[in-house]
Amino acid sequence: MSETETSTVLSILRERFDAILDGWISTQSDEGVQRTDLFSHKEGREQTSSLLRAMITGIAEGDTGSRFDLSSEPWTELRTVLVDVTQERSARGVSPSDMASFVLALKGPIFFQLQELLADQAGELVEEIFFISRVIDAFAVYCTEVFIAERDRIIEQQRDQMQELSTPVVELWDKVLTLPLIGTMDSARAQEVMENLLETILQRQSEVVIVDLTGVQTVDTQVAQHMLRMASAVRLMGAECIISGISPTIAQTMVQLGVDVGEVTTRSTIRTGLADALNRVGYEIVHKAKQ
Amino acid sequence: MSVPEGALVSVCVLLRDRDVLHARRVAGQELEKLGARSVKKTRFVTAVSEIGRNAVMHGGGGEARIYSQVHPPCVTVVCRDKGPGIADVDAALCDGFSTAGSMGRGLGGARRLCDQMEIETTVGKGTCVTMVARL
Repeated sequence: MSETETSTVLSILRERFDAILDGWISTQSDEGVQRTDLFSHKEGREQTSSLLRAMITGIAEGDTGSRFDLSSEPWTELRTVLVDVTQERSARGVSPSDMASFVLALKGPIFFQLQELLADQAGELVEEIFFISRVIDAFAVYCTEVFIAERDRIIEQQRDQMQELSTPVVELWDKVLTLPLIGTMDSARAQEVMENLLETILQRQSEVVIVDLTGVQTVDTQVAQHMLRMASAVRLMGAECIISGISPTIAQTMVQLGVDVGEVTTRSTIRTGLADALNRVGYEIVHKAKQ
Repeated sequence: MSVPEGALVSVCVLLRDRDVLHARRVAGQELEKLGARSVKKTRFVTAVSEIGRNAVMHGGGGEARIYSQVHPPCVTVVCRDKGPGIADVDAALCDGFSTAGSMGRGLGGARRLCDQMEIETTVGKGTCVTMVARL
């Protein structure tokens, strides 16, 4: 051990392991963060004791004094156990604050044991309490970070799922496809959409494609460029491309940006786009009564 | 450029495409809070999108600071990167100028879309673009 600030804590943890473990569990229970509704006593005890064992390893091998750093090598085991326990508990619906209280509940039993041992050495007692407090606080903060990382991962995953969902190519009629775009178009997504579209054109022998921008709120030069590239690829495959859903706002913005759509057909609504597309493949929508 | 008008609302790190989306969303929300009309909002959001994307693509990332002021109502976005800078700003503002095979409408277009835009750039040190939308 490189620093001696927490040598008493270390010996207490080793010699009175069971007493501290029991103390920790009963503090958890007093504070209402033991959650016996979600975990059996056995599970709770296992989690708590594996944390305590990993903590002993950390204190024995790592720095606990002014150079304490939870991200350093000797604390690897503890970090792993904390991640496991946090994930297990969060999966069963434990809140981040309950998880932090769960970890912080360890302070009480350790302080009591220290007080007994160092009753007549006030200076050392304060020092040990100060340093072990820092260590336990760091555990609690780390748990919260694990929580946040887990949430971020879920958000990222959902974003990916949303992207997959929102690029369907729909066959509206014989030889007429539509591609309703929603949200934003970055390069990766534009590429995916284009591949999907060109493949469908080939499969269905389509002649007209309506790319609908009604669900796209901002058309900047990047989106415009992807649209125009898509239109020329469609044309190279022998089909025609109609871009619909250009709102007055988007039209004005595109003009000011200086985007020239060239020969690409554009329509303000998907309705006019559809009428136009059907017309081109030789169909017409007529009212029954007027036939 | 002088100190941006109003209070700092948000600092958005710009490293990826989606960070640009976040920055422009915040700018749009601030304009909405001030009661901006949809054309005004779309124009400014598009400008922020262009400049933010430039910072990501050419500047190797940077940050956007969004300021909002109620009297007189305006939203300011300061977009800063530590990239290679722009050697010839006047040329870069011309439509069709591009070093990346893109449309080359971004910078000039963005200037037309905001009420005020200033570019400070030093070759080798980076670029700072300040955009203002006034209501």
